[in-house]
Amino acid sequence: MKKILGITALLALVCIITAILSEGFLSGYNIENLARRTALLGIISIGVAFVIITGGIDLSVGSVVCLVGCGLPWLLTKQNWSMPAALAAVALVSVGIGIFHGVIITKLRIAPFVVTLCGLMMYRGIARGFTQDQTVGFGGEFTGLRTLATGQISIPFVDGFTLPAPCVFLLVAALLAAIFLNRTIWGRYMLALGRNEEAARYSGINTDRMVIVAYVICSALSGLGGMLYVLDSNTAQPVDFGNFYELYAIAAAVLGGCSLRGGEGTIVGILVGAALIMVLRNMIMLTTNYTNIEFAIIGAVLLIGVIADELVKRYAMRRRAARALLAETKPS
Amino acid sequence: MSAPLLEVRKLSKSFPGVRALKGVSIALQPAEVLAVIGENGAGKSTLMKILAGVQRPDSGAILMNGAEVEIRSVHDALARGIALIHQELNLADNLDVASNIFLGREPLRGGLVDTKRIRREARKFLDAVGLDVDPATLVGTLPIGCQQLVEIAKALSVNARVLIMDEPTSSLSAGEAEKLFKVIHDLRSSGVSVIYISHRLGEVKKLADRVTVLRDGENAGDLAREEISHNGMVKLMVGRDISQFYPHEPHTPGQIVLEVAGIRTPAHPGHALSFTLCAGEIVGVAGLVGAGRTEMLETLFGVTPALGGTMLVAGKEIAPRSPLEAIGVGLALVPEDRKRQGVILEMTVRDNVSLASLRKDQRAGFRNGRRERELSAEMIGSLRIKTPHDRQIVQFLSGGNQQKVVLGKWLALRPRVLFLDEPTRGIDVGAKQEIYRLMEELAREGVAILFVSSEMEEILGMSDRALVMHEGRITGELARAGLSDEAVMRLATAGEKVAA
Repeated sequence: MKKILGITALLALVCIITAILSEGFLSGYNIENLARRTALLGIISIGVAFVIITGGIDLSVGSVVCLVGCGLPWLLTKQNWSMPAALAAVALVSVGIGIFHGVIITKLRIAPFVVTLCGLMMYRGIARGFTQDQTVGFGGEFTGLRTLATGQISIPFVDGFTLPAPCVFLLVAALLAAIFLNRTIWGRYMLALGRNEEAARYSGINTDRMVIVAYVICSALSGLGGMLYVLDSNTAQPVDFGNFYELYAIAAAVLGGCSLRGGEGTIVGILVGAALIMVLRNMIMLTTNYTNIEFAIIGAVLLIGVIADELVKRYAMRRRAARALLAETKPS
Repeated sequence: MSAPLLEVRKLSKSFPGVRALKGVSIALQPAEVLAVIGENGAGKSTLMKILAGVQRPDSGAILMNGAEVEIRSVHDALARGIALIHQELNLADNLDVASNIFLGREPLRGGLVDTKRIRREARKFLDAVGLDVDPATLVGTLPIGCQQLVEIAKALSVNARVLIMDEPTSSLSAGEAEKLFKVIHDLRSSGVSVIYISHRLGEVKKLADRVTVLRDGENAGDLAREEISHNGMVKLMVGRDISQFYPHEPHTPGQIVLEVAGIRTPAHPGHALSFTLCAGEIVGVAGLVGAGRTEMLETLFGVTPALGGTMLVAGKEIAPRSPLEAIGVGLALVPEDRKRQGVILEMTVRDNVSLASLRKDQRAGFRNGRRERELSAEMIGSLRIKTPHDRQIVQFLSGGNQQKVVLGKWLALRPRVLFLDEPTRGIDVGAKQEIYRLMEELAREGVAILFVSSEMEEILGMSDRALVMHEGRITGELARAGLSDEAVMRLATAGEKVAA
């Protein structure tokens, strides 16, 4: 918990500043919107965090969001598939992509960066191909399905704010992910192999399988995210739907304490990281006329955050080392 | 007597978890070969790295010709005439010999490297080390012994007066080693001083004018030329008589638990390996570096699956394709490279100790936290792992305690057969002896132990029986009665002329 203290404090600080600078920030409408956007980013961030924890990277997240986000309305409205069939198809494709990445990375020993970079290009290209670059959407139909993303759940005793439905998905995903990572042997295997794959293998861990599982979790959550994104927005433009989302997701994971060296990260941290990014965006939108500098701000915050984190970590390491030395030289 | 060429006074250096040097002093005279010996972890390498400017001391002084100097970087050291020749050579394989010798100091001509000139000059230094190769040869294509001579030529080209050689013969053939010794002799005659670090006491006896022994980061004693003897050196190195150092008692072997018949490793597919291992016996595997001992253990443990042959564990045939499968039939391996393969440095003692047992102790996929705590407490107690608590990060433990963590990880699974690859490498003398005692205890409990060691004393001291390997083959088997330095070396070199 100590690890996410800094970032949580930063999130609180940004919230307070924004609330002071803009009255609109604390309005029920804005908070709802923020919660929904955070939930959507949180879902894909948890996915990519699993890959990062095993020491890999997935750059294809945004394109999987695009593929599913365009594919689902396309199947439903242009191909007239039934809803269960269309949902099953996008789920299968998402999981399949994860297996595809994982197998190439582990069995052919090709760098995750390269494999998923190719994925980034391929899946968007495929989406643009079958939609012929045309915007796809649900029109006025499928309102029932769209409730999954647009629905509001009223909270007892709270007025003026209702919980957006994606938050429920996020909470369930986060809870399952936290249990998986912290309580199951597979979670421990992932943390171990992220630190030292060779030692993990020598300890009898099927490291290849665990890496594949991590990529499947990532692509599956990207697919879920893509579905919720398009249900939320109603339409998707294949050219830019989900553009750069992989970078937002990686940024959220890193802000939340995942090390790109692997083996480190907490689910709560990732959620805070995702929230921080969305609040920063919100702040820029509410308090300035320059939404186009968004990337510069987020980039700067991320950089400062990682540097601060590294410095704190180094200091803690030195103190720990000094203590350990003392303990060992003392006769026991 | 005039001031020594190089003198070190009360040098100390600590790393996280280890005090590598605790006030070490040495002195080197001009045109002298000084051997610095000591067991792994005695502090030799740290001392040499400080002299070569790779690391900086915490305290202490370095003097050259009586004047105190500060060596801040490798560049500094070279400028003062101190060159270190690493155990792992520092040459660029993809460049030619001449370019390597002048790397970073290339003479220019019109802004470009004057290739003609560096080749001409390189020739001069190559002659000085008696190496007859074309300076335009790619270094990567030369045998390892020649590469080493290139390194020495490189040191000479910067006018080195002190040459530090760290285990220079560890990967040389006997013939190459002989050649190196001759070069060292010639260098001494020309006024260069050499600090020679080696585990091979035979070489030391042959080469050194004087020996300084380090033990646990301190000076253990000096031996003048006429005092140098094998026993004298060993006694100073381990701090007591060798006979009491190894707690070995002969074991009565039980049933055969491991039968290896014609196993071929991917590293040496041309040779089939066969031997048996019984419950409750300790079998050493001796051989020179590169004899294929580690590769054999890795194949038996499923890391690099066998290409052929059969393997029976307790009478049941298996062919492990992964460590997981090997563990399943009761095998365990404490690997050679502790930090890369043994422990996960950034994780806690508890998480490391429980890592291999997670699968066995799981409850429907969930970890059993209580069992993990019990297990780590049990191992910390029985192996006497020195750690403040089981949440300590393994990185901060000393080498010996890290090794115990690796052992604990395996003992938690109660293995039938325990493979140990260089089990005492890089750990201090006290911890070494504890590891030996543990091996004894386990053997008494009926565990079959197969251990690879490059330390002759360890092989002689701990084995009920020894297998000797040479270039991928098992060249012989020696019962304890027939175990001797000479017998092992003869088999390890398989008739090649022995350098030491």
